[in-house]
Amino acid sequence: MGKYDRNMNTLSKEENESLKNFKICVVGCGGIGGYVIEMLGRLGIGYITVIDGDVFEETNLNRQILSNSQTIGKSKAQTARERMKLVNPDIYVNAVFSHLNGENGMELIKGHHLVIDALDDVETRFILQDICEKLGLPLIHGAIAGWYGQVTTIFPGDKTLDFLYKKRTTKGIERKLGNPSFAPALIGSIQVSEALKVLIRRGEVLRKKILYIDTFAQEYEIVEFF
Amino acid sequence: MIKVKLFATFRNGREKEIHFEYYEGITGREIIEKLGIKEEEVAIFIVNGRDKKWDEPIEDEATVSLFPPVGGG
Repeated sequence: MGKYDRNMNTLSKEENESLKNFKICVVGCGGIGGYVIEMLGRLGIGYITVIDGDVFEETNLNRQILSNSQTIGKSKAQTARERMKLVNPDIYVNAVFSHLNGENGMELIKGHHLVIDALDDVETRFILQDICEKLGLPLIHGAIAGWYGQVTTIFPGDKTLDFLYKKRTTKGIERKLGNPSFAPALIGSIQVSEALKVLIRRGEVLRKKILYIDTFAQEYEIVEFF
Repeated sequence: MIKVKLFATFRNGREKEIHFEYYEGITGREIIEKLGIKEEEVAIFIVNGRDKKWDEPIEDEATVSLFPPVGGG
């Protein structure tokens, strides 16, 4: 066990061992995605597909854990794979250096047990929700803007994004507020805790509920949808 | 009385909770007009936990929650 000792007894030994048999797809390897991949890898999720068609640029340095002076200009997805080889060589990271879209989405997502939304645009999130719906997969949504962030766990049939983005093409307030360092780490952490609970089938998840976080007012509001 | 809860940037220059006198037929569209918020600025508009259309009447004693879109990653 060794490296997973400190997961005990948050997880049972059997639960921790079972994590190596799961396949998770993380869509987006930027702010949220970088932290999510780190945490999934350290938990010991056996197979992680990481999807991102971007390379790192200077404006990513304020918040994206995988970006640094050495990785500027490099593929975000491939950088994630390289890092995970060092962090946890027992897991496999499948790096996909392209953006998810309506054409490649089904092929890229099928075969996983769970999907994490670490995207930064609303339009692709709806494509992802549709794909997960068709494939019958749970989708853990997270998004950030300035001091704010939100998380929800979407099961097939829920279509929760339809409630969260009333106007599908809406630009988020992050266009005005940017994204500081703490927001992706915070939201990514909560998404990983949700993913873990879905996999081990224990604990309360944010299904048909949205956790809306305001770190400026330090308020944490759970809004339920009926 | 209708309670309106505002979140995130909707609080800029406004209280976080605002109360409106109820009258028959009052809608979400009328409420956001009174608040000076445009429809396209609202991502989540729920009344007592339920998604509503802008022109649906809101019942007395309802709680309305308005959230701006958060879409970054």
